[in-house]
Amino acid sequence: MSIQQLYTEAQQLSTAKLRDDIVQQLYERSHRLCAEGIKYTKSNRDTRTEKLDAIFTSPIFGFPIMLTMLGVLFYLTIAGANIPSSMLAEFFGSMEKYLTAFFSFIHAPDWVHGVLVLGLYRGTTWVISVMLPPMAIFFPTFALLENYGYLPRVAFNMDRLFKRVGAHGKQSLTMAMGFGCNAAAVISTRIIESPRERMLAILTNNFVPCNGRWGTLIVLASLFMAANFTGGLKSLVTTGVIVGIVMFGIIVTFFVSWVLSKTALKGIPTHYTLELPPYRKPKIFDTVVRSSLTKSWSVLMRAVKVAAPAAILTWVFANIFIGDTSILMYAVEFLDPFGKLLGLDGYIMMAFILGLPANEIVLPILLMGYLSTGSLTEVDSLVDLKQIFLDHGWTWLTALNMMLFSLLHYPCGTTLLNIYKETKSKKWTFLAFLIPTVIAILVPFIITQTVRFFGWM
Amino acid sequence: MSIPKTMRLVDGEKGNLIQITSLNLDGVMRRRLLDLGFVAGAMVEVIRKSPLGDPIAYRVSQTTIALRKEESSRIEGVLMTDGE
Amino acid sequence: MGNSYRVALAGNPNTGKSTLFNALTGLRQHTGNWAGKTVSLAQGDIQYKDKTFNLIDLPGTYSLFSNSSDEEVARNYIVFEKPDVTVVVLDATSLERNFNLALQVLEMTKNVIICINLIDVAEKQGITINERILTNRLGVPVIKISARNKKGFPMLLDTIDRIVTGAIDCQPVQTTYPDDIEEQIKKIEPKVSELIGNELSARWVSLRLLDGDENLLNEINERFGQKERA
Repeated sequence: MSIQQLYTEAQQLSTAKLRDDIVQQLYERSHRLCAEGIKYTKSNRDTRTEKLDAIFTSPIFGFPIMLTMLGVLFYLTIAGANIPSSMLAEFFGSMEKYLTAFFSFIHAPDWVHGVLVLGLYRGTTWVISVMLPPMAIFFPTFALLENYGYLPRVAFNMDRLFKRVGAHGKQSLTMAMGFGCNAAAVISTRIIESPRERMLAILTNNFVPCNGRWGTLIVLASLFMAANFTGGLKSLVTTGVIVGIVMFGIIVTFFVSWVLSKTALKGIPTHYTLELPPYRKPKIFDTVVRSSLTKSWSVLMRAVKVAAPAAILTWVFANIFIGDTSILMYAVEFLDPFGKLLGLDGYIMMAFILGLPANEIVLPILLMGYLSTGSLTEVDSLVDLKQIFLDHGWTWLTALNMMLFSLLHYPCGTTLLNIYKETKSKKWTFLAFLIPTVIAILVPFIITQTVRFFGWM
Repeated sequence: MSIPKTMRLVDGEKGNLIQITSLNLDGVMRRRLLDLGFVAGAMVEVIRKSPLGDPIAYRVSQTTIALRKEESSRIEGVLMTDGE
Repeated sequence: MGNSYRVALAGNPNTGKSTLFNALTGLRQHTGNWAGKTVSLAQGDIQYKDKTFNLIDLPGTYSLFSNSSDEEVARNYIVFEKPDVTVVVLDATSLERNFNLALQVLEMTKNVIICINLIDVAEKQGITINERILTNRLGVPVIKISARNKKGFPMLLDTIDRIVTGAIDCQPVQTTYPDDIEEQIKKIEPKVSELIGNELSARWVSLRLLDGDENLLNEINERFGQKERA
């Protein structure tokens, strides 16, 4: 007799309410165990959690508190990361002088210096100085909220909105995770039990800017949007712009979810349960500091691992000439007309294509592309950086379009790989690539053409 | 207290204590609710509504679980006390 | 490695299972793939006496009836990968719901430790737990810990040690079901034993077959089918 036959036999014996009886029996035994082995002296009630919930999920304060927390989280990240970022950049810049001196001292050929210092060193140190400080602030702060138990309340508050577009309230949690890393967030969608809503969460997670795109967004916002402000006000304006960009990403998420749940993901059944665990004092050192340090470190290592080869590759492409044009320039010129339609340029398109493995390296690649054509200036400060952009014809419109393209474009290679692993479907993985790409092309295109049509630019 | 009143979980007011009599759902959702302790005979307390009115949080087997009205309207029980 | 033992951590979400895992393993963690599946689980090693305990952090689930992929991963690990010890982490403040999962684990495997976490919070809420009564009712060791404050770890590690050395013999007390279900189990169980031998708990497999767990059926077919061919 095979197990299959046994199964059929078992099914004939079984009744429809068997599962109910089993679980009911388990719960009755649980109940008995509690009655026998546990004494509840005070009333078994966590009054602190109830009081806090009365505030955090209040009809009046619930939403304002949520928005404030999001704003504060971003502000802390942006304002706090400013100084360490520029310190790191300065440090790496001065180190570069010594490296260059060392290379000329040992009479290394120019191309070795080019590949190792101008390519590898500049590329990876950029990634470190732009990414490490915001990560070291964002992850612990976020872990604090997570450990405290606040995040499920967000899912509780927001569920009605997600439901309206056919999605699950827990998607707000996977989206929050996406601020750190979309690839990890795609795996975290496992907390959404119903397949349809889970698929929505996977397909739209990319519209939340991950840590790798933070650098790009923050730099561009502070250079071009908050250019006329200084000090704390500058951070505040930058935060405002970033919150705006994030809000736009959320609107796109809702819109795409709504469209998908009316079309491709129609009718597959839905279910919803959400636990609201008690609030708990986070253990600052163990769970928050250490776990976020390991997290920052692993994300950073991944970024460096990807950034290093990409940086070398870009430098090589920019320095191998066919005739009197480099390979990079051929690609750039080819992409330029298309880029211009979106209010971008060929370099930017090139950077996004080469940046597929990791979003962190888009801006460094772009800079290397820009710098490879003109005179090589050292990028010690953000002012130099802005000059490079301006020299290549950038305006606020270019910056805005690049920010939007960065927000909306296809997920990075790791994320796509995870989507494939989680969905086990080539079709859905391809859609996860296609949907954002189409939107990322359409939005800047519409904005650019509108601005040009009205002659605002 | 008057005669026991049969009601759906979704109609419970904050503070109501309801003893579950039946679950009118099938498939995975039924199984998931069972796993969380929404079994016949279990006591459920209505804790609070979300700011937008739905979902509603319930206290069941010493934990707090939020359900949408699609599910809570399919769970029936008897009102034990109204929390007064 | 003769002195290396695998210890799986199971439990509901929000029970502090990961806190326990992190506190025990520190930074000695890595994610490993197992059984050729794409699922990766966090693992970490602890040295205790002359032994290495390889801790595996299973996904946090409410039950193990394979309603979701996480539940299947946890269930399959406990049943098919056969860790030397399975530690079920429970939240002391909501034991009624948490016992549900623990009772399911007791049906699946023998070497189980019931690890009641958040005991500090429970004490503040006036909850007193008599672990001797619970140990007696369940037939396996029940231990109280506070993972946040690193309390109760020596006891936990010592109990793991004594289970793997055979000093403690776990005899999980099975849940008895209503008579009609028990009768059905009796009809199926001998046939299950005959078919799969001692690899899995025949009582548990019988229950799952009666419940119509097709995922388990496929899993058994796949794993035992492979063995026959090999």
